[in-house]
Amino acid sequence: MIRQERMTVVRQVEIAHHIYELVLQGEIVQDMNPGQFVHVRVSDSFEPLLRRPISIASIDCEASECTIIYRAEGRGTQILSQKQVGDEVDVLGPLGNGFSAEAATEGGTALLVGGGIGVPPLYELSKQLNARGVRTIHVFGFATENVTFYEEQFSALGETHFVTVDGTKGTKGFVTDLLEELQPEFDVFYSCGPLPMLRALEQFYPEKPGFLSFEERMGCGIGACFACICKTTENTEKDYVKVCSDGPVFPKGVVEL
Amino acid sequence: MSRINVELPGLDLKNPIMPASGCFGFGREYAQLYDLSVLGSIMIKATTVETRLGNPTPRVAETPAGMLNAIGLQNPGLEKVMKQELPFLEKYDVPIIANVAGTLTEDYVQVAESISTAPNVKALELNISCPNVKHGGITFGTDPVIARELVEAVKAVSKVPVYVKLSPNVTDIVEIAKAVEAGGADGITMINTLVGMRLDERTGKPVIANGTGGLSGPAVKPVAIRMVYEVYKAVNIPIIGMGGVTNAQDVIDFMSAGASAVAVGTANFVDPFVCPNIIEALPAKLEELGVKHIKEIIGRSHR
Repeated sequence: MIRQERMTVVRQVEIAHHIYELVLQGEIVQDMNPGQFVHVRVSDSFEPLLRRPISIASIDCEASECTIIYRAEGRGTQILSQKQVGDEVDVLGPLGNGFSAEAATEGGTALLVGGGIGVPPLYELSKQLNARGVRTIHVFGFATENVTFYEEQFSALGETHFVTVDGTKGTKGFVTDLLEELQPEFDVFYSCGPLPMLRALEQFYPEKPGFLSFEERMGCGIGACFACICKTTENTEKDYVKVCSDGPVFPKGVVEL
Repeated sequence: MSRINVELPGLDLKNPIMPASGCFGFGREYAQLYDLSVLGSIMIKATTVETRLGNPTPRVAETPAGMLNAIGLQNPGLEKVMKQELPFLEKYDVPIIANVAGTLTEDYVQVAESISTAPNVKALELNISCPNVKHGGITFGTDPVIARELVEAVKAVSKVPVYVKLSPNVTDIVEIAKAVEAGGADGITMINTLVGMRLDERTGKPVIANGTGGLSGPAVKPVAIRMVYEVYKAVNIPIIGMGGVTNAQDVIDFMSAGASAVAVGTANFVDPFVCPNIIEALPAKLEELGVKHIKEIIGRSHR
């Protein structure tokens, strides 16, 4: 169920250059699934006006806490990055449809491919997959070393590879270069990141089931404003999908890439 | 006794608050959040004869205290709206104002004739002011003669009162308001969005794929208030005011300027509960002002 709540800041840490890990406490955590997102109002004033959609990186139902990881790039996220422990944040969520951890079977292997700020939602997914007895392989691409994060956390869950565009950490290049080199064995793939990466993955693994998480400029976040529309492929019934309410995660082959 | 009910042609409203067209879809999304029966009315998303897929993305861009949009009248088309969307809304005790759009006069006439027969559609809102489509829309709203002729054509077929949504993108909005009144309009809704543009800081190119978009949100409120104020003086038909409404005070402002009811647009995206919140806050606001009934404040700026 979608609810609006004033969540409390439990912790906020800059875990990489301009990348923040924010832990929020509130009741809506109970309804969260990996791959879903929250729509955050960073200020009670009109400046900035709209909410910011941010993916959910980790869910702790027992403590009623969730973690979101975001890049403080624009005005809105910069304001969010200044929130202190104990501050309240207006959150609408959880929104959208997340990753289906059930698509991977026990004893099987899942390949998780992330790019930059698309990596966070894969963390909760990996935790849930591992809890279900699914082996996970993580392949993540970043621009440069100082924006990488969560190497330890992912390594604790499974085989983890980093690649950077400038080669300052891990292999040099893009995730696709690394995937070509690694030739990983897996049953299903999950991905979140820039469009060229998602496109390449669909082409790389035409035989494997896969799930892709998309990003698009949003207005309302709940499907009413028609801002975040994506064209669908010919083999889909609908003419279009809304990233916010039909996605952000879609099975591969649904969205025209 | 209610202190906030208002009556308008075709519309017996529990309260003067309604979500504006294009900001509320066909109600389904917000129905997950609250009981739509609390609303005075719902202005549904513009309906055209055929399915429209709208403009390329990005379609929205944030601006200081506002946003630009160029959705492009995306909607499932008349048949689906009649068979799927309007019946869904029938379970709520709320009159619907159907926003009607098109490219040619015949399109408006066809949609109006059909959609005005739906049992819960109590009024039409003629969209002659959409700035985001290449043909139709705003071209009907910027020429008083064409606007009047369109209203006459739609009035001839509509089974319910016809309101006309005016564009602020004109030299003299009073002239257009008078023209649609002369054409037989039962009411005016105003204002639609102001045409604007935001540039990407790095490339210098427009952020919105369509180039221009319609500006809405608190930033446009002073423009909207001024226009409602001017039109109220010039016409004898009621006005539903809109433009940057986010709270009960904004509602009081619009009604003081001359609006008989008020629509809430962009604020629904910021706070999806804004409409019920405003409705709840209105009686206390009247108390503060020492007013018994909300109707007493309509047009008080002019007295």
